[in-house]
Amino acid sequence: MTNPFQDAKLHDCRDAFTNVLETVGETNENIVAVCNDSVGSSKLGGFKDKFPTRLINVGIAEQNMVGVGAGLANAGKIPFVCAASPFLTGRALEQIKADVSYSQTNVKLVGISSGMAYGELGPTHHSIEDFAWIRALPNIPVIAPADRHETAAAIRWAAAHDGPCFLRLSRVGVPDLFSQTHEFVVGRADMLQDGGDLTIIANGVLTHRAMMAAALLKEQGISVRVLNMATVRPIDADAIVAAARETGAIVTCEEHTTFGGLGSAVAEVVVDRQPVPMCRLGVPGVFAHTASANALLDDFGMSPTAIANSAQALLKRKA
Amino acid sequence: MTPTELSKLANRNRARDLRGVFEAGAGHIGGEMSVMDILTALYFDTMSVDPKSPLDPKRDRLVLSKGHTALALYVVLAEKGFIPKEEISTFLQPNSRLNGHPNRVKIPGVETNTGPLGHGLPIGVGMATGAKLNGDDWRTFVITGDGEMQEGSNWEAIMAAAQFKLDNLTLIIDHNRLQQGARLEDTNNIAPLVPKLEAFGWAVEEIDGHDMDQICAALSPDTITAGKPKCIVAHTNKGQGISFMSDNVAWHHKVPNQAQYEQALKELEEASK
Ligand SMILES: Cc1ncc(C[n+]2csc(CCOP(=O)(O)OP(=O)(O)O)c2C)c(N)n1
Ligand SMILES: [Mg+2]
Repeated sequence: MTNPFQDAKLHDCRDAFTNVLETVGETNENIVAVCNDSVGSSKLGGFKDKFPTRLINVGIAEQNMVGVGAGLANAGKIPFVCAASPFLTGRALEQIKADVSYSQTNVKLVGISSGMAYGELGPTHHSIEDFAWIRALPNIPVIAPADRHETAAAIRWAAAHDGPCFLRLSRVGVPDLFSQTHEFVVGRADMLQDGGDLTIIANGVLTHRAMMAAALLKEQGISVRVLNMATVRPIDADAIVAAARETGAIVTCEEHTTFGGLGSAVAEVVVDRQPVPMCRLGVPGVFAHTASANALLDDFGMSPTAIANSAQALLKRKA
Repeated sequence: MTPTELSKLANRNRARDLRGVFEAGAGHIGGEMSVMDILTALYFDTMSVDPKSPLDPKRDRLVLSKGHTALALYVVLAEKGFIPKEEISTFLQPNSRLNGHPNRVKIPGVETNTGPLGHGLPIGVGMATGAKLNGDDWRTFVITGDGEMQEGSNWEAIMAAAQFKLDNLTLIIDHNRLQQGARLEDTNNIAPLVPKLEAFGWAVEEIDGHDMDQICAALSPDTITAGKPKCIVAHTNKGQGISFMSDNVAWHHKVPNQAQYEQALKELEEASK
């Protein structure tokens, strides 16, 4: 079996996040970080050492945290509000709606250890609803980078962008997919490889698994297009329509419930503009059992082999 | 059981918890050590619960709101007979029902699924209100961390409990002065707790949360003030019972290495004799 990431080193994207934050913080003193007793888990120790007064730790109080972020934005600051994704998005959802989305404040929401990164800590600590929750709100680009370089580029974009956004980061190690000079364009899918038989669309920790599945399918003579869809909203509808037209079948993979996430966002475009058979992989609307982060992805049918098998099954439905 | 026997049992429970964290390679050992005396006293002295009938409508209720210390609860529930003692060794293993946070759907004796901080007390207010509506005299106990008291939901519940005169509700704050990443005083110092809670209409008692006599006395129904919810501010140490962990912020969720494990076990076994 050819594994494109056989000897690849795995990287924790949180490091890329804080490296960039510390760098842009040097030149732009309006950059501040807000957190909820999560200096360690958000890897903000370095930022705190460099800019002690610009790290605002409100304690274990997420609603307050997001409100404080909105107030800081009002005062001209550029707050990166960082917390474990379930507590940021779930606990403070109404603050995100009214104070960030509706008020259009320049708040960067950074969901740390999202998806099922917390593994055995269980469903209270998993954040597999956040695409659906935040995607339902206007004005907030929803972004799930796939490797450290895309993470760094997305953070640089966020720091320069005037307006809110939601960056969904993991803590689970991923191999490099992009080069260090990768440019992040919000709302643009990146075609990692072209192919004609079907398209796999993924983001976050699933993109490299999609690439591995594509390598397996290639051995079986199936040519796969792989799209990294980092931005879930606004979604790259043109890339989806082109994929549907040119490859005729689409598999989506996400570390999220299949209710309302990436697969749903893609399906919305497909039914509106270019109907083709689809298969949406993700967590099938259940709370996860006890297992590690990567084992959960495997258990929910998102090992490279299982993704390839789902793709094979989908091809049979292709007209 | 006498207070001395309860103390020894609590230290045996600590040792079992320590082994669980060591073998699983994960857990929240600091807060588990700090809450263990309180949990042991509740299950082996104060509360009326029956492992053979875990959903008896007249049972006393416990909500471990600081759900990250689930293993401490599992160890005490096993010791009490709610789950098999051998099952503790499945903690965090694939498909185990002993997840990093407790699940009432799977584990008898667990009342509600905690993990996100600041959920337990509102649920406790609902339980205690329900008991009053039913005319029942069972009691509700909620344990929160002190860092957890930074969550605003707790203070909403504190006001409601006073308004509803819930003298059947007892909140125990595990006041170990440390949260996840730092000391409370360096983060968001909620002190002084006692006058705050009194101003909110609660009857408040301060105790040494590692002194069994004081814990049992404070939990006794004789100390209830009619018409007022009760808060026990339990002064504890994170990592209590293990010298190098005690009052040390590094041990919120660190896992001991082999040498540290052996030393910790020795100290706890000594204290259980
Ligand atoms: C809503 C929410 N925010 C953040 C966390 C992450 N977290 C888990 S434990 C913890 C620290 C808790 O400190 P404390 O309440 O003092 O507990 P103890 O010292 O007894 O462990 C934090 C911040 C969480 N579980 N829930
Ligand atoms: Mg504490």
